Amino acid sequence: MQVKYIKEDKQLIFKIDEEIDHHSSEKIRKRADYEIQVHIPKKLIFDFEHVTFMDSSGIGMLIGRYKLLSMFGGKTSIVNVNAPIKKVLEMSGVLKLIPIEEIENIGGNNLEKCI
Amino acid sequence: MKNVYENEMKLEFLSKSNNESFARITIAAFVAQLDPTIEEISDIKTAVSEAVTNCIIHGYEEKEGTVKIECKLFANSIEIEISDNGKGIENVEKARQALYTSKPELERSGMGFTIMESFMDEVKIESVLGLGTKVTMKKMIKANVEQEIKI
Ligand SMILES: Nc1ncnc2c1ncn2[C@@H]1O[C@H](COP(=O)(O)OP(=O)(O)OP(=O)(O)O)[C@@H](O)[C@H]1O
Ligand SMILES: [Mg+2]
Repeated sequence: MQVKYIKEDKQLIFKIDEEIDHHSSEKIRKRADYEIQVHIPKKLIFDFEHVTFMDSSGIGMLIGRYKLLSMFGGKTSIVNVNAPIKKVLEMSGVLKLIPIEEIENIGGNNLEKCI
Repeated sequence: MKNVYENEMKLEFLSKSNNESFARITIAAFVAQLDPTIEEISDIKTAVSEAVTNCIIHGYEEKEGTVKIECKLFANSIEIEISDNGKGIENVEKARQALYTSKPELERSGMGFTIMESFMDEVKIESVLGLGTKVTMKKMIKANVEQEIKI
């Protein structure tokens, strides 16, 4: 997972670059919770550009981060979702809490460098 | 004419979470013989991942055990049986319900069976407390169904 924090906008971006299942979501959760508590962002964006697979473990992982950030008053959203993952997200109703957003060039061009 | 034939395979592995991706990729590779669409493959991978994860988290409660998969290919459909010898399900009707989970503290969302049921054409759950759980899922592979009709 690549992490970027944009100070001016208080925006935290998680670019996940692996399949999200029970195995990987534990790791993602630990890193994400650490970053959320360090930065307390106004806005958290999950960038799914490189996520090719997600099962229900991903739903639990997303809702958990949403709940944590909600306690600090922040909002969570997802970008760059492919069709099969969208199907899983729609089925779970999680999009009511964590909407899919259309943001171009998310986090500027230097996201790649910020690991 | 497409080469459609019947085939079968069995797989057994330890209930470790890093075998979840192994299981779904292996089944997807086997099922590829039927020429499914990308969407069908992705539905099958997701359903397999759900059932295998359930064996590991709920069946064995993350202790060591063996997960078994049997996969049968028919001319235009597949059947996948995923089972564990774990703790079993007390109330299958309740377990099937969307959003029901016995492990909310592990951030489970209770969507596994709902996903399996909507991504596959048939899902049968057999479970005996203390003995284990077997989930049998069937799915039509549509392109092959249409091809049969044309012939
Ligand atoms: N193999 C199994 N052995 C024992 N209990 C099971 C098994 N599979 C499912 N269950 C029970 O059925 C319930 C519902 O399963 P389901 O997959 O729908 O949700 P979940 O696993 O709790 O959450 P999610 O799949 O969304 O992460 C589980 O919470 C568990 O109590
Ligand atoms: Mg489950």
